[in-house]
Amino acid sequence: MNSLFSQEVPISWYLLLSAVLFSLGVVGFLIKRNLITVFMSIELMLNAVNLSFIAFAHQWHAVKGQIIVLFVMMVAAAEAAVGLAIIIAVFRARATLAVDRIDLMKL
Amino acid sequence: MHLILFILFAGFCLAGAINLLLQAHPITSALSLVVVMVSLAVLYLLLGAEFLAAAQVIVYAGAIMVLFTFVVMLLNAGREERTMGSNVARALGFPAVVAVLAVIATVILSSKGLGVATLGEGLSNAADGTNIEALSRVLFHELLLPFEVTSVLFLIAILGAVALARHGDGEKAAGK
Repeated sequence: MNSLFSQEVPISWYLLLSAVLFSLGVVGFLIKRNLITVFMSIELMLNAVNLSFIAFAHQWHAVKGQIIVLFVMMVAAAEAAVGLAIIIAVFRARATLAVDRIDLMKL
Repeated sequence: MHLILFILFAGFCLAGAINLLLQAHPITSALSLVVVMVSLAVLYLLLGAEFLAAAQVIVYAGAIMVLFTFVVMLLNAGREERTMGSNVARALGFPAVVAVLAVIATVILSSKGLGVATLGEGLSNAADGTNIEALSRVLFHELLLPFEVTSVLFLIAILGAVALARHGDGEKAAGK
């Protein structure tokens, strides 16, 4: 029990968790049929990338690894505001959130 | 202690992400995403990024997810109907996801330079240097210009959001 408490975690476990979360985000982007949930999957992918940035920053004591996460958060906040405004505009024009029915630009 | 906390919150993360995919109702997906983001904040704390853990809770779990739930409720988004999507997504998307995950996992597991994460070790091991001090020293000296440019980005994003989401009588007024 004492050895379990003093156990260290390899950085590669954090990176693997990040890769799995990113893949789950991509899968969500592919299978979800609601515009808002598709957008949530994109946020999940951004968060997964942030985790690997912070894991690498911990590994090499790199300050800029954490600063770039701060910038990603800023861009994500701006992106969420604009993206949700676009979703509201699309809903007003088409009266649906199902991505299968928003196919005006499809060949 | 580190291992137990990592396994616990990595499990919460994965459970939240999988629940996001399985739930049919957008509001349940949004709440699962909040679970993922708060668990990620705990993992940031374990990696010695206190400021980013706080920012994660405030910006992501707070502001962005409130915006998401607000839009879900404003648009009265109901259950999504499940279709299998496009054929291209099925034929190319899922094998591509598996391939990318396999490549990343192989690279991570075969790399030699990765060490272990030590609890309580931040950006610097100096006794007097805190995490926020180290961050702000770089952010406000070396990267001051990119930091200020993001304020312009926010201004443009606010203007764009207002212009996009404003009610449609803007075009009518312009047409007259």
